[in-house]
Amino acid sequence: MKKTIILGAIAAAGLGATVASAGTLDDVKARGYLQCGVTTGLVGFAAPDANGEWHGFDADFCRAVAAAIFGDPNKVKFTPTTGKTRFTALASGEVDMLARNTTWTFTRDVDLKFTFAGVNYYDGQGFMVRKDLGVSSAKELNGATVCIQTGTTTELNLADYFRSNGMEYEPVPIETNAEARQQFLAGACDVYTTDRSGLAATRATFENPDDYVILPETISKEPLGPLSRHGDEQWSDLIRWTLNALISAEELGITSANIDELRKGTNNPEINRILGTEGNLGAMLGLDKDWAYNAIKAVGNYGELFDKYLKPIGLDRGLNAQWKNGGLIYSPPFR
Amino acid sequence: MAETTYVRTEMLPPKPPPPSQTGVVGWMRENLFDGWKNTLLTLVALYVVYALLSAALPWFLHAVWDADSLNECREVIKASWGPEADGACFAVIRDRWHQMLYGFYPQELYWRPNLAFVLMLVALSPVLFPNLPRRMLLFSLVYPFLGYWLLWGGTMWAPVSWALGFVLGYFAFVIVNDRGGTILAAIAAVIVPLLWWFFGAGPFADLVQSLIPISLTDVESRQFGGFMLSVTIGITGIVGSLPLGIILALGRQSNLLMVKSLSVGFIEFIRGVPLITLLFVASTLLNIFMPPGTNFDIILRVVIMVTLFSAAYVAEVVRGGLAALPKGQYEAAAALGLDYWKSMRLVILPQALKIAIPGIVSTFIGLFKDTTLVSIIGLMDPIGLTNAIRANAEWQGIIWELYGFVALVFWIFCFSMSRYSMYLESRLETGHR
Repeated sequence: MKKTIILGAIAAAGLGATVASAGTLDDVKARGYLQCGVTTGLVGFAAPDANGEWHGFDADFCRAVAAAIFGDPNKVKFTPTTGKTRFTALASGEVDMLARNTTWTFTRDVDLKFTFAGVNYYDGQGFMVRKDLGVSSAKELNGATVCIQTGTTTELNLADYFRSNGMEYEPVPIETNAEARQQFLAGACDVYTTDRSGLAATRATFENPDDYVILPETISKEPLGPLSRHGDEQWSDLIRWTLNALISAEELGITSANIDELRKGTNNPEINRILGTEGNLGAMLGLDKDWAYNAIKAVGNYGELFDKYLKPIGLDRGLNAQWKNGGLIYSPPFR
Repeated sequence: MAETTYVRTEMLPPKPPPPSQTGVVGWMRENLFDGWKNTLLTLVALYVVYALLSAALPWFLHAVWDADSLNECREVIKASWGPEADGACFAVIRDRWHQMLYGFYPQELYWRPNLAFVLMLVALSPVLFPNLPRRMLLFSLVYPFLGYWLLWGGTMWAPVSWALGFVLGYFAFVIVNDRGGTILAAIAAVIVPLLWWFFGAGPFADLVQSLIPISLTDVESRQFGGFMLSVTIGITGIVGSLPLGIILALGRQSNLLMVKSLSVGFIEFIRGVPLITLLFVASTLLNIFMPPGTNFDIILRVVIMVTLFSAAYVAEVVRGGLAALPKGQYEAAAALGLDYWKSMRLVILPQALKIAIPGIVSTFIGLFKDTTLVSIIGLMDPIGLTNAIRANAEWQGIIWELYGFVALVFWIFCFSMSRYSMYLESRLETGHR
């Protein structure tokens, strides 16, 4: 990339060589690294450690994509994005993809012109209460005070749920999760409602987590997944099939530990196809035949990722179990 | 007649005041328990102080500095102070202080921002304290380029060739001024550097770099964070907005219609828009306007917006100073035969700026604190980092300790600025009041 310095006084405005870009994959390969948008910090999904390296369920998915492209999971640069800047960052090309626990909705897919590569986490809104309230179902919450983040879809979901069940509630509006935590612990509200992953992560950090329970009801659908821009099918295929490779790997028992063993050849043709010892799936994506091997080797399969980042914060597989175990995690076949 | 009355010839030594009037007791009687209203207020105040301390002191006294997670902190506190004890977990500061200060700047390169910070103080000191040798101002002129090079790295010749643009502009002005007059010279002084920056600077830097390679490791803007980011944005904004604000204030008073309406339009537009809107424009809209692949540095965009924003406010504060000057000062300057720029430089502005100091400094303090707004557009300033640190499973739930640390550092910066402004006022006090 040839740098041309435009306005000296204006420190660094590098104009990339902008010959009409051939495709995102070519751009990424030419640049030498993947630019991935993540959250500015969400427990379990993406957070910087003391050395400034991003880790988490979403951050490691970016590494998997980088590994699939370059064979090196470290060829990725993370761009922290807020809920307000994430879509412009993707649309303007500042990032190549978002892995930022973003809910797949109709308008985001169709109107904002993004392509969701799939779902890597099925979330949904839930309720948390103190155990000594003796409540075992959300249906018993009539008349409760509820801590709720304002201006989010959770607020609307809550109103819908209580109305359709003919119950009353008193909202306690709060701004952030940190504030909600303090309010809920101080007893300003009986119930705290947000996405179940957020509830579990918050509960895990209470001094006495066992004094609180998350009620079984889930009142909304929040399928979270990685996304890219409309208009570059090769690129969105690459992200989609990297995700599917991680999911299939768990289903077929490929782990980062046994992958080198399996790569020597197995009797299962699908494993062979994924690992590139049979067929040429990688070339169809414009990648090496080792692409999926590199991705799985780098971060582990879907289940390993889940156990590494989401289990410690108190999330169980639930809907995110493999379809064979009664969950929704399901990959189309590699054929 | 021999009757003599006793006449005292020497004064009696003064008796000590009654014990209730002296020492601690007397002071307390006079200041704390003077009448029932004051007594009542004193008691209430004492109770408030007691309540605050009894809540906060144990928290500080039980503080844990050495732990790897919030839960470990809690265990240590429980083990040493009993199961009901509550305490601060300053271990998070110990674990992450470098991140709060430098963001994601590579750790082995911390000497560069450190050096840049010290040199910044050196560069600012001749501006701030007039009894230092004037020659140091030369270093202040060089510093912006040096500081940029230290922070961002890259080849040394890039900032050198930008600086060269200013030198070229100066020579263009001098040469054309001799031949063709001031207006042509001013135009030349703008066009020559622009041409240089657009066409000459890049190839020149590349060429010299290939001949004499001197460069530092590149550091990207995305790796900037913490207080280093706040100080970078804040100081650049402050240094840029003061001259711009003064020019706008003068422009607003100008008799030239174009200059005046442009200044008024700019000031009123910027003041009519919240800073956060400008930051959103900088972070999102500009991306869409510019051709794909253009990489217009995010910190630079933010600095430009912050500078423009603050300049509009400084302009209004300076205008207040200008308006406070008696008209006689303007007339006296004109009567001495000074032209516009000379009368402004020698007579009007020194007085107007002196009046405006408190306002200017509080604008700057506000600007420095407003740099935390960049967390909303995803830059990792101290506030953004508190969120990112809390997003680690081990530190989730830590609130007071992080915000307290941020508040403390901001307070140190802002309090120093405010003390400096008081020093400046007292030094410039010429007894006209």
